[in-house]
Amino acid sequence: MATLTPEQRAQYWRRNRNLMIKLMIIWFLVSFVFGILLVDQLNMLRIGGYKLGFWFAQQGSIFVFIGLIFYYVKAMRRLDKEFGLDTE
Amino acid sequence: MDLTQITYLVVGCSFALYIVIAIWARAESTKEFYVAGGGVNPIANGMATAADWMSAASFISMAGLIGMSYNGYGGSVFLMGWTGGYVILAMLVAPYLRKYGKFTVPEFIGDRYYSDAARVVAVLCLVLCSVTYVIGQMKGIGVAFSRFLETDYETGLYTGMVIVFFYAVLGGMKGITYTQIAQYVVLITAYTVPAIFISFQLTGHPIPQLGLGATLQGGEVYLLDKLDQILVDTGFEDYTTTVRYSTLNMVAFTASLMIGTAGLPHVIIRFFTVPKASDARRSAGWALIFIAILYTTAPAVAAMARLNIMQTIEPSPGAHMTIADRPAWFETWERTGLLGIEDKNGDGKLQYLADAERNELVVLDNDILVLANPEIARLPNWVIALVAAGGLAAALSTAAGLLLAISSAVSHDLLKGTFMPSISERGELNASRGAMALAVFGAGYLGLNPPGFAAGTVALAFGLAASSIFPALVMGIFSTRITREGAIAGMLCGLSLTLFYVFQHKGVMFVADWRFLTHWGDRWFFGIEPNAFGCVGAALNFVVAIVVSKVTREPPAPIRRLVEEIRLP
Repeated sequence: MATLTPEQRAQYWRRNRNLMIKLMIIWFLVSFVFGILLVDQLNMLRIGGYKLGFWFAQQGSIFVFIGLIFYYVKAMRRLDKEFGLDTE
Repeated sequence: MDLTQITYLVVGCSFALYIVIAIWARAESTKEFYVAGGGVNPIANGMATAADWMSAASFISMAGLIGMSYNGYGGSVFLMGWTGGYVILAMLVAPYLRKYGKFTVPEFIGDRYYSDAARVVAVLCLVLCSVTYVIGQMKGIGVAFSRFLETDYETGLYTGMVIVFFYAVLGGMKGITYTQIAQYVVLITAYTVPAIFISFQLTGHPIPQLGLGATLQGGEVYLLDKLDQILVDTGFEDYTTTVRYSTLNMVAFTASLMIGTAGLPHVIIRFFTVPKASDARRSAGWALIFIAILYTTAPAVAAMARLNIMQTIEPSPGAHMTIADRPAWFETWERTGLLGIEDKNGDGKLQYLADAERNELVVLDNDILVLANPEIARLPNWVIALVAAGGLAAALSTAAGLLLAISSAVSHDLLKGTFMPSISERGELNASRGAMALAVFGAGYLGLNPPGFAAGTVALAFGLAASSIFPALVMGIFSTRITREGAIAGMLCGLSLTLFYVFQHKGVMFVADWRFLTHWGDRWFFGIEPNAFGCVGAALNFVVAIVVSKVTREPPAPIRRLVEEIRLP
């Protein structure tokens, strides 16, 4: 594994942290905001028999969670490669 | 063959499979015992994590909780809470702890907070939360046995103890991992097959996730609209919009389950079995996929089974079922005490109403939605047998994972790490097997006494994990400034506050007579129910840890290096 300078380490951590913050905002939006706080407003829209807010609370948020984790996996793999940290 | 024989056959075959796997994959070294050798494929680990995670509560009770007690939308807290936690786990916890590369959660806490005391406190938190959780599983095993195999609850519980004891003690993490994979397959089949049948019968869609949003067979009416209307007509509240107590309570409940998930030691240690940190992330993603298959099916089961029950009792508005002609499953479940009827107005018909005065379906247990689902939908006997095997698989897999977390904390952290550092590897392996045996008997005992304790345990376990372990882990990774004094004070405060709040409202060990400070009445903190309180305990933990760290001496330099090290893959 490549050894990193302290600046590189700090930069790697900062980029990881910024990525996490972005993804956690989406995580918060689809569950707490769409599923709970704004549920009444979203419920005025429908997809099929689902009221939209209800759908986010019982289905949609879960699908987004899966997407978030796999996006994070991919983005971190890219980041590791950029810093020469992938140990394949 | 009658139903009981088929059930014995299916359950017997599944048990035989688990035992064969356990013998084949038994652990020979401490590394195999604690982390399955550390070379498990991330997808396989994801599947094992899903089985580890989905307990008897997820399998047997969750759909019923959503469909009945939490009246539809209110039950969303379980769905979002128990899945959203994996996002936190994959980003904030699992990869760093895997990078650290040790065997247990308290070991990380002890090293990061440079203190054996912190390690012992972490063991205390772990044991409290895992033991309460394992009691819930023992109860699930007892319930599944007594319902399907017509044994009594105690016999079911003892049988479950013997099976878990055998394969968890023998196989350690390695045996548990491979049995959990088999158990996942059994439980997910058992959950989805009846759901597919029912969705198809009601809506013509074989996929329950689509069926829930579709129109009913032979009409233009959407299933959820129909359910809303039937419930409102019988005096219940609307299914798709009724909030559980308050919006704030729902937010707190969801948050508590999410961070509880990310702080449960038996889930975290599953990520120690994969080769590297990036595999831990990928494995968490796969775990969530396997979990989501059940968790997106559960709301469909909840709504469809509720609709089925309502329509069985009142096939068309005003036309009620005649009690003398009730279906056979009705009588079966009356015998088990999950259903109870009383013809209050003496008209020979059954009225199911929200109004307790006139309601004649006097007992309707939540669990019936999953357990009786195949019978209500008139599915063949083998499906019913499969549901029995699935419920047992869910309970056994979670119990085994919990027992391993407990035994590794006792033998590795308490004995090897703190009190008997010179113990040999063989000695440590024997000690962990001994600790596991003790944990099995302890959990079995508490599964029977005090009565009622087992029912409340799962929610308590989440509250404890959320308020004690999760904050210590996250602060340990994301801050270099938190000191050992801060972490210890934070864990103890979070843990005590949560225990205090839950027991004050529900009674010590959930015995109603053991409530204390009763003159305080049932006042809830900002309307947050006891089960949703973990996030408040966690907040206190964070605040106390940060404040105490500000006034104590900074962690020594090697700790800063340790934290920097785990942040790199």
